Amino acid sequence: MSNSYPITVTINGKTIEKQVEPRMLLADFIRHEAGLTGTHVGCEHGVCGACTVLFDGKPVRSCIMLAVQANGHELTTVEGLAQSEDNMHPIQNAFWEAHGLQCGFCTPGILMTLVPFLEENKNPNEAEVREAISGNLCRCTGYQHIVDATLLAAKKLNEVAE
Amino acid sequence: MKPAPFEYHAPTSLDAALALKAEHGDDGKPLAGGQSLIPAMNFRVAQPSLLIDLNHIPELRHITKPNGSVHIGSMTLQSSAERDKLIAEHVPLLHEAIPNIAHPQIRNRGTIGGSLAHADPASELPVVALALGARFRAQSSAGERWIEAKDFFAGLFATALQTDELLTEIAFPTKTARTGYCFTEVARRHGDYAMAGLAAIVELDANDKIAAAKLVYLNVGDGPVDAASAAASLIGKAPEAAAFKEAGRIASQEDMHPFGNVHATPEYQRHLSAVLTERALATATQRAKVA
Repeated sequence: MSNSYPITVTINGKTIEKQVEPRMLLADFIRHEAGLTGTHVGCEHGVCGACTVLFDGKPVRSCIMLAVQANGHELTTVEGLAQSEDNMHPIQNAFWEAHGLQCGFCTPGILMTLVPFLEENKNPNEAEVREAISGNLCRCTGYQHIVDATLLAAKKLNEVAE
Repeated sequence: MKPAPFEYHAPTSLDAALALKAEHGDDGKPLAGGQSLIPAMNFRVAQPSLLIDLNHIPELRHITKPNGSVHIGSMTLQSSAERDKLIAEHVPLLHEAIPNIAHPQIRNRGTIGGSLAHADPASELPVVALALGARFRAQSSAGERWIEAKDFFAGLFATALQTDELLTEIAFPTKTARTGYCFTEVARRHGDYAMAGLAAIVELDANDKIAAAKLVYLNVGDGPVDAASAAASLIGKAPEAAAFKEAGRIASQEDMHPFGNVHATPEYQRHLSAVLTERALATATQRAKVA
């Protein structure tokens, strides 16, 4: 059954057209077809959150979506956050400053979860942050520095907004 | 960890989807949010030969309130329902339960109808639907029928839907006077599968005695577990701690038969259910007094 479908997907503002088998997962499409390897594949069954990307602006798990389902939609991956190598997103800067990562494997998924969270929640408290990242597993940090970094990011984003 | 090959159809109308279902029957697996189906396909626990993607059928995404109930299109996203004002105002039990469904990333894809049709005993929506007496609209190319919640759930991951039918809409009764609702659960981490949980409904009479009650539990049986004898024990009683404790005892010791799992033994699930029953009944009663 070697059926394939043409799809057009916009990732970080760039439009990509490809033929895909319907069984191709969106995470694999992003990594292998679009060549954007910042999106990480951890558990491949929707538990670890490493593959989180923005689908029409909302965080979703790209390992439990089919690439064909992204046809005609807009995605943002972690590569879409920084304006340039010298000009990172305030959330990225906050993670750097507050040691919000160690090995970094979970970080792209956590960032893509937090970007829309912090847009909706300008001044979250610690409990809200912990709930927001409850769908993302980190095996290094024990989460404390991720929480600290997120609270710092909220502060930075508010400063940018002022 | 990749799905086996399958044929993919993305019909853009309900009629087209029903025609595919009529043609392919059980081989044509509906794809709603895919938040349970695609993980199962990644593990190859599920290997459907044909997927009918329902995400391109706008008529299946709606929330309306015709009369006495809120009708939710089966493909309505859980995240849309979570933020919906009609649901928040008129079906408070559903509104309270939705944030307990997994994580925001999941609720942004997961659908109300998909979760109900999947009929996972650990999931929240079947419990809410059974507690409220929701009705399920099943459509096929031959016609349609409405199924009562008590007849819809037919055991572990099983429903009354026939092979040519799709769940297209669910009608949740709206809240009523002097009635309080509460959903609560305990999970190891917010968003994980709950080890135990329940939906409780308490209706008070003019003398503040319990006129009616409903207690439905998750993850302690092969579907949503209706603790009928525990609820019956409350009728006519004053809504007080002793009555709640007794209801929790009956529900956890007599009405349910939990299997246990890697995180909780059956005994622990019974213990949690009993404690949660007391809390849920107390909260529902408080709410009934001001409703």
